[in-house]
Amino acid sequence: MKTKNMNLWALLWAILGMLYFFVPLYGTFDFSLRMKKGVLSFLAYQVVLSDPQFLASFRYSATMGIITVIASVIIFLPTVYWIYIRLPQARPVVEIISILPFIIPAIVFVFGLIRTFDRPPLELTMTPTKTDILITMGYIILSMPYMYRAIDVGMRSIDVRNLTEAAQSLGSNWFQILFNVILPNMRIAVLSGALIVFATVLGELVLGEFLVRPALGPYMVDVGRDEAYQPAAMALMAWGLTWVCLGLISIFGRGNTSEQLTGR
Amino acid sequence: MAETSIPIKSSKVADRSYTFDSLKNWVGVLPFFLFILIFLILPSTNLFIGAFQDQGGHFTLANVGIVLSDPFVYDAYVTSLKISVITSIAGGLFGFFVAYAITIGNAPRWMRGILMSFSGLAANFGGVPLAFAFIATLGCTGFISVFLNQICFSSPAGIRTCPFDIYKAGFNLYSLAGLTLCYLYFQFPLMVLTIAPALEGLKREWREASENLGGSSVQYWWNVALPILWPSILGSSILLFASAFGAYATAQALTGGFINLVTILIGDEIRGDVLNNPNEGYALALGMIVVMAVCVAAYTILQRRTVRWIKS
Repeated sequence: MKTKNMNLWALLWAILGMLYFFVPLYGTFDFSLRMKKGVLSFLAYQVVLSDPQFLASFRYSATMGIITVIASVIIFLPTVYWIYIRLPQARPVVEIISILPFIIPAIVFVFGLIRTFDRPPLELTMTPTKTDILITMGYIILSMPYMYRAIDVGMRSIDVRNLTEAAQSLGSNWFQILFNVILPNMRIAVLSGALIVFATVLGELVLGEFLVRPALGPYMVDVGRDEAYQPAAMALMAWGLTWVCLGLISIFGRGNTSEQLTGR
Repeated sequence: MAETSIPIKSSKVADRSYTFDSLKNWVGVLPFFLFILIFLILPSTNLFIGAFQDQGGHFTLANVGIVLSDPFVYDAYVTSLKISVITSIAGGLFGFFVAYAITIGNAPRWMRGILMSFSGLAANFGGVPLAFAFIATLGCTGFISVFLNQICFSSPAGIRTCPFDIYKAGFNLYSLAGLTLCYLYFQFPLMVLTIAPALEGLKREWREASENLGGSSVQYWWNVALPILWPSILGSSILLFASAFGAYATAQALTGGFINLVTILIGDEIRGDVLNNPNEGYALALGMIVVMAVCVAAYTILQRRTVRWIKS
């Protein structure tokens, strides 16, 4: 009798949890279909997807996402590698630094970034190209906890020292060791990090809004201010995209995703 | 979330730590530290220094004093703290029970799989789309609002009453209450993700030992399970608190910036200096970092206490 009661109690909470997940999701879906009065249609999705501004901002954010991923790997991979083979005593410091973006709220970080670089000597907010450089640096910092951790986890799973010695004895230089030997051996970890970083950049609002670049986040806020049905459609598409990214990660990583995803 | 570092096999290279060689070793991490210094430390330090300077660049404590005494700023901090505390407690409790249900509570297996993977998804689903989803669901013409609104009764006298009009009943999504509901959507999954491992670490033997000694279910939870779990529960709640406290995008997209949160206020300050001088803005931002730093310190301490039990 006792165990049966416990089951009901657990069942109740499980059902409540499922309701909290699915009701807004279904509500959004239902709402997004009602753009044309009286009939259910995918009109809202068509409107969003054919809006040239949407396509432009999506292209901008996607490009930024890819650049951020590549730049993050170039910065963090040699660092983590070096810490593994030469400088284990630096690990605690670097680990703390890598989670700093979780501690400093994005809005505070952007505030500091703008107030530091909008004046001479660099004046990085003056031209679009310069601002794009600054925003890339911002994206790299904001997504650092994910990328650093992904690379760190990947490096932990391979035998860095033996791979290095093998490559060295075959005459590789440092660049070849890193990008032809180490990186391919941990491509799954790097790939899952890349997907999270990409998703983060796509959904990022603060940097795009305050550095005034045509990113996806500010575009969505603008549409949300003026329209009713397109935002619902976009929310659902964003949901789908996150789902695809996380799905790919769990396929690659065989279910090890939760540890990388706890921080936001 | 950060695991403790694994011991590294000491290498001959690392052991040969002559001063020159060990200095040379740091060269490899120099680009990283330079990058961090320029794009993370420098901006943060600038805010920090700016908070203690007047507009002429002289040292002063006035900014901090003005920020602390400004009723508008005070109100922003109160609202931010309020929503963070409420969502971390409510989300923490809800998340705890859901995590309980899918770990040791024996909820049906298919539900466990769905809840666990949806937690990973929802914990990462924040920002603007989340606000849109809730507007579509609970906004004035949202799915639930309309659905409840349509439940009407006709009285014998011919008067139709619709008792479930939530907006007439005083609910407003674009308010603190609405924002709380939004935040809960990523808060409780975050709790599920962080507390589930701790719940799985509860040993069956402890429960059996408690039952053999005649302990009731309540006694087991109160005297055995909770004392073991409380560092994890508190640590996870701090994580929830911090994630709500620093959130900007959801609040901005939901209320259009009309809710007075610290993050929104800093956003206004960046756009066009709403405070008297820019240095007050720095003091405002510094306050956020102080709150977050306290959270992290508390989290780290609690994390250490947790690891001891869960690993044993």
